[in-house]
Amino acid sequence: MPDASFVGMALAPSAPYLVGREKIREFALAIGEGASVCTDVDAARAAGHPDVVAPPTFAVTFTMPLIEGFLRDPAFGWDYSRMVHGDQSIVLHRPIHGGDELVTVIHVEELSTRGGSHLLTLRCEVADSGGSPVATTKALLVTAA
Amino acid sequence: MSVEKGPVEKGTELPPLELRVTRADLVRYAGASGDLNPIHWSDRVATGVGLPGVIAHGMLTMALAGRFVTDWAGDPTAVRSFGVRFTRPVVVPDDDEGALVELSGKVTDVADGVAKVAVTARFDGKTVLGRAVAEVVLPA
Repeated sequence: MPDASFVGMALAPSAPYLVGREKIREFALAIGEGASVCTDVDAARAAGHPDVVAPPTFAVTFTMPLIEGFLRDPAFGWDYSRMVHGDQSIVLHRPIHGGDELVTVIHVEELSTRGGSHLLTLRCEVADSGGSPVATTKALLVTAA
Repeated sequence: MSVEKGPVEKGTELPPLELRVTRADLVRYAGASGDLNPIHWSDRVATGVGLPGVIAHGMLTMALAGRFVTDWAGDPTAVRSFGVRFTRPVVVPDDDEGALVELSGKVTDVADGVAKVAVTARFDGKTVLGRAVAEVVLPA
């Protein structure tokens, strides 16, 4: 049984995640994103970006492992092995680019139990090294009750 | 965004796209995203948890739908937000054909230089993403 006392809490900020140029290229290739600003530094700079830019869903690649770390912590009491992803949203306050150092704070927004399932909404606030907001992601995660 | 596709307004349809997702694509996405859940590469584990077989990462399906929108926009950074519900799994067979995913989309609203695009993703004739909506910043 997940511990409802976590609802409303913000977890400790993550260690900074350094966005790698090659990681963005690898991700763009994996999803078939062909835009040159995602793979070519010169094209990205010509378009006004400091380095290659990440496709919109890239943020989940570094927020999901942080979520996994929280959900596998026995303190919360979540059955990670039977979890499915219910929904996902991503809001980008600015593009993510190579060289960004991003810190994520997980907010435990909602927890409910319906129809034999626990439903958990987690929001991740992602900021750069200067503290400016970069992205907000929200995931609805479901596991058997 | 290129001008030759004409004005973007409510009702504008995006050019549809058909994609094939193979096991090799799942392996590549697993590595690129760090999502190594074995239901996305092991039939033994996938069927063991009651799935018909290996399924695509929901986030891969979302990323492909996102790419469909960024292709249309002509700029990956034009997508300001994107949200989906994962309604059905995309089952990916262990063959050279893979799973066929059909993407279509329509502009449902334009306000303050931002177009709302509703995306439909189908596999096996059924939608696999629900409430898939992207906000796309239009060129000034």
